[in-house]
Amino acid sequence: MIYVDNAATTKLSKTALNAMMPYLTENYGNPSSLHTIGQAAAEALQKSREAVAECLGCSPKEIYFTSGGSEADNQAIISAAALGEKKGKKHIISTAFEHHAVLHTLKKLEKQGFDIELLPVGSLGSITAKQVEDAIRPDTCLVTTMFANNEIGSVLPVAEIGAVCRKNGILFHTDAVQAVGHIEVDVKKQNIDMLSLSAHKFHGPKGIGVLYAKLGIGLTNIIEGGAQERGKRAGTENIPAIVGMAAALKNATDHLNENAARMKALRDKLIEGLSKIPHSILNGDPVNRLPGNINFCFEGIEGESLLLLLDAKGICASSGSACTSGSLDPSHVLLAIGRPHEVAHGSLRLSLCEENTEEEIDTILEEVPKVVEYLRNMSPMWKNLISGKKEFIL
Amino acid sequence: MALYTETVMDHFTNPRNVGEIENANGIGEVGNAKCGDIMKMYLKIENNVITDVKFETFGCGSAIASSSMATEMIKGKTVEEALNVTNKQVVDALGGLPAHKLHCSVLAEESIKSAVKDYYDKNGIEYDHSKFPCDHNCEACHMV
Repeated sequence: MIYVDNAATTKLSKTALNAMMPYLTENYGNPSSLHTIGQAAAEALQKSREAVAECLGCSPKEIYFTSGGSEADNQAIISAAALGEKKGKKHIISTAFEHHAVLHTLKKLEKQGFDIELLPVGSLGSITAKQVEDAIRPDTCLVTTMFANNEIGSVLPVAEIGAVCRKNGILFHTDAVQAVGHIEVDVKKQNIDMLSLSAHKFHGPKGIGVLYAKLGIGLTNIIEGGAQERGKRAGTENIPAIVGMAAALKNATDHLNENAARMKALRDKLIEGLSKIPHSILNGDPVNRLPGNINFCFEGIEGESLLLLLDAKGICASSGSACTSGSLDPSHVLLAIGRPHEVAHGSLRLSLCEENTEEEIDTILEEVPKVVEYLRNMSPMWKNLISGKKEFIL
Repeated sequence: MALYTETVMDHFTNPRNVGEIENANGIGEVGNAKCGDIMKMYLKIENNVITDVKFETFGCGSAIASSSMATEMIKGKTVEEALNVTNKQVVDALGGLPAHKLHCSVLAEESIKSAVKDYYDKNGIEYDHSKFPCDHNCEACHMV
């Protein structure tokens, strides 16, 4: 099996699993308990918090463990909105190609009377700090933009956006789920007030994530209950997952540059090879791009059939099209960068990790063109294009 | 659990009757590229019997499988028998489709009707227009 869907999730690393094992077995204490086994868990919790904080460049007091990226996104945005509302500020700036954890939360706030402004992301799928600055109003309470896009891999100028927000005294949150563990993230240097991350995107376990919130930002609880996470996130801490996340993040951060260099080489080989398929196009920023992301549109075919046929050949990829997830609409990200519906349906996302090999890339480069050609040959849409009845878009 | 049944995967990976019939006397096309699926059905009808049928489809796995199954169900049948093929029969023959993919079977039924309608029109055969509800309105199909 060739697994190139690491933006969806990654394999749990041995480092993470080994760190977790004691807490899945004999060290089962509750960190809120006063006895020895409970306090051992409390110590593991504190050490993990310190390790995560160090990787992000912040204080352990600024780390809140959550169930994952989605919960962190929800809590960050709802907290900032509540703080804004107290001052009568109800304008929020975001982008058109955010993850649904952000977009749906913003939609909910819109129903509650907030004014949501989604910045256009251009044909390469990014925004500038200038766009953010121009959109800021006296009643803006939050800017929330992703660090890197999950579908097309564009990396946004987060440090510059953060600087603009600082200058204007506006909270800045970034959904860094695809960035953390893959590219440099430093909340202090990059002027980030709040950040969301998810462990399973960097070989950590599923169901655990972090909300970083700068000291002094009053969070709103999403989950009420006990006094865990300094009273801001109730529920007995998932110690094995937290320990595994900390180990995975430390491992990813320690090897960040070498892993990125390795992936970039494979990524660029894939981009170069797939670009040779006629009437295809790379989606996303070719320069400011995640080291492991490849996303193409192939005219005349539909993404789900492409990825099912690749699956039959042992290649696990993603379409980026929402077709498989129960919606008939193509990806909102591809529509946001201006791909017409008929082209947006024919997308393929390959997302690498450091374990992918040159041989795997060669196999992909051999199989994808064959499958694309096979599907095009049975596509009436392709026939209309090659016969000249309709004009090619790509 | 797999996304699709074994029968769907079989018809998707080894589709029957793919291609074009050059001297087809009934051609139907339904769906549209915007919605992500187009089905084109070619019929060769002799003495009211479908002697050959081929299809071309742009779409997801279930769209391709539905087209393939539909061609098998109408090959060698009379025109009237073909018109009686329903989307439900296509779904049943495939061993089921996920709920959000049922519109693919509707497109299969529609593509048969659209091809027969074309045959009727070309040959000046009278027919009940109300029995051929839609040609290119994929919104309606997606309502299912």
